[in-house]
Amino acid sequence: MARDLVRPAIAVGLDGVRKRFGRFAALDGVDLEIEPGELLALLGPSGSGKTTLLRILAGLDFPDSGQVRFDRRDVTFAHAAQRGVGFVFQQYALFRHMSVARNIAFGLDVKRRRDRPTAAERKVRVDALLNLVELQGLGGRYPSQLSGGQRQRVALARALAVEPQILLLDEPFGALDAAVRKSLRRELRRIHDATGLTTVFVTHDQEEALDLADRIAILNRGCIEQLGRPLDVLDRPASAFVAGFVGQANRIAGQVRQGRFHVAGADLAAPGVADGAALAFVRPDQFRPVADGEAGLEARLERVIPRGPALWLDCVAPDGQVLEAAVSRADAAKLPAAGSSIRLALTGGHVFPEN
Amino acid sequence: MSTAKLRSAADDPAWVKAAVIGVAVLFVAAMLVAPLATVFTQALAKGLGASLQALHDPDALAAIRLTLTTAALAVPINAAFGLCASWAIAKHEFAGKSLLITLIDLPFSVSPVVAGLSYVLVFGLQGWLGPWLEARGIKIIFATPGIVLATVFVTFPFIARELIPLMQAQGTDEEEAAVSLGASGLTTFFRVTAPNIRWGLLYGVLLCNARAMGEFGAVSVVSGHIRGVTDTMPLHVEILYNEYDFVGAFSVAALLCLLAVVTLGLKALLERLQPQTGERGH
Repeated sequence: MARDLVRPAIAVGLDGVRKRFGRFAALDGVDLEIEPGELLALLGPSGSGKTTLLRILAGLDFPDSGQVRFDRRDVTFAHAAQRGVGFVFQQYALFRHMSVARNIAFGLDVKRRRDRPTAAERKVRVDALLNLVELQGLGGRYPSQLSGGQRQRVALARALAVEPQILLLDEPFGALDAAVRKSLRRELRRIHDATGLTTVFVTHDQEEALDLADRIAILNRGCIEQLGRPLDVLDRPASAFVAGFVGQANRIAGQVRQGRFHVAGADLAAPGVADGAALAFVRPDQFRPVADGEAGLEARLERVIPRGPALWLDCVAPDGQVLEAAVSRADAAKLPAAGSSIRLALTGGHVFPEN
Repeated sequence: MSTAKLRSAADDPAWVKAAVIGVAVLFVAAMLVAPLATVFTQALAKGLGASLQALHDPDALAAIRLTLTTAALAVPINAAFGLCASWAIAKHEFAGKSLLITLIDLPFSVSPVVAGLSYVLVFGLQGWLGPWLEARGIKIIFATPGIVLATVFVTFPFIARELIPLMQAQGTDEEEAAVSLGASGLTTFFRVTAPNIRWGLLYGVLLCNARAMGEFGAVSVVSGHIRGVTDTMPLHVEILYNEYDFVGAFSVAALLCLLAVVTLGLKALLERLQPQTGERGH
């Protein structure tokens, strides 16, 4: 059923898109190819330009230079109303004076008479969408009578009602509490798979991006630092920024000599990195506690924190640097007592020259 | 908390509460209610008949008609300009925006007499546009257009001031959502913006109307006090009072008061009617 709700998925392209606000370069030359039917995350810290990029895709903002393409069509300066996008706002932006059903039907109600479906057709569509987002029977409520998660679903249904060519979501889960966030995430994936729409969402939460997206574009200071599948981004970070931003990596300063990274007591392969000062990004699971005498970073174990299936070790190196390591619960017995010293071997990590 | 056990630290002793409430009530009674009551007792001093007769005087009827005409013109004009100004200020960024906000408040800070005088200087016979207007037989000062202009000036801030904070609080998200769903600018305004601000707009219109009917200073300067022609109700009250026609003066004054009371009553009713599901401006 859901597939009848939308047209075939389209590809979206951005070529050299730039946008300044006053002196601030929000986007500084962005090239991006989004595959038809793909679920893409725009991930980055605040001020990285990700929301600006989304608004330019939607036609709510326009680039200073560059081009936006939907399939082969140039839509760079097409107005939002003509572009055929479904946009879900961070704060939902539901029409507060309209019922849920009227909200969802809005995009159909404002169509020109000859394009407008009949009242009966509109009602069928609204019911189908209420079903899709699992809000059956709530069509008569007002937005103020709904929970945050329910409002989010209404916003999604409203955006889908106009048969958009692409679906855009701005921090879709930002305003929700953790439990609702998790279930809605799964929901969005289900709806995306059901509709097959090309979908782009903005987030600053790397877990959300890794969890949900087919591919992730990581933005920093108005540029795309890396575009790749979640595992690529985690395992092959393209830059020091990406390595530091995803995977909760520890940042360790050291020296590279002849292709190996050296830091007090431990070392790590650093293929292709020139000799000199360097930074290693080591994820918590890339540490392994080892016995005294083996190669490893010397540190003091401050606290052991159970977190899901893993134990997190809060450690402090002699120079004061905090190191976070993760071990499986099965290894709990082998750990030294909190407050005593521990040795952490490096089993992996990514090294970038320091600049 | 109403019960003694649940009293919070912020609660004052009973005598303080009583004193504060007493002062407030006394002040309102002495400064607002008593003078209003006097207006009505003076109007009815020689019976209801005399009072009604005073209102039937042709000059009084002309004044009432002029006041209603002025309000009927000034309020829609200010509603239109107030909507435009608050739309521009709340939903768009542009150079000179803070200057515009300051200018909107100007009528609040300028003495109405000064406003009236400035209109005389612009449109009067000796004014900038005077000769040009006279050559074409257009009369603004000492005529109805001048009175409407002066009233528009004095009542300009009411609607804009009411709408700007409301529209700013609501932001542009809903409008952007409407546009992204394919709505045109006009559709967006009538289906999304207008319903969200209708209560604030009504409230501003009522306040604006009350002031438009009651304005004295600016109108006094531009009117020329021609009885039966350019006298509005407040001006007529003054003329009758200066002629020691107390019943006449207070009868017209009482009618003005009634109009104001009806306005305030409507306002209170509006506040009750405001739906819980809709926007809450106040």
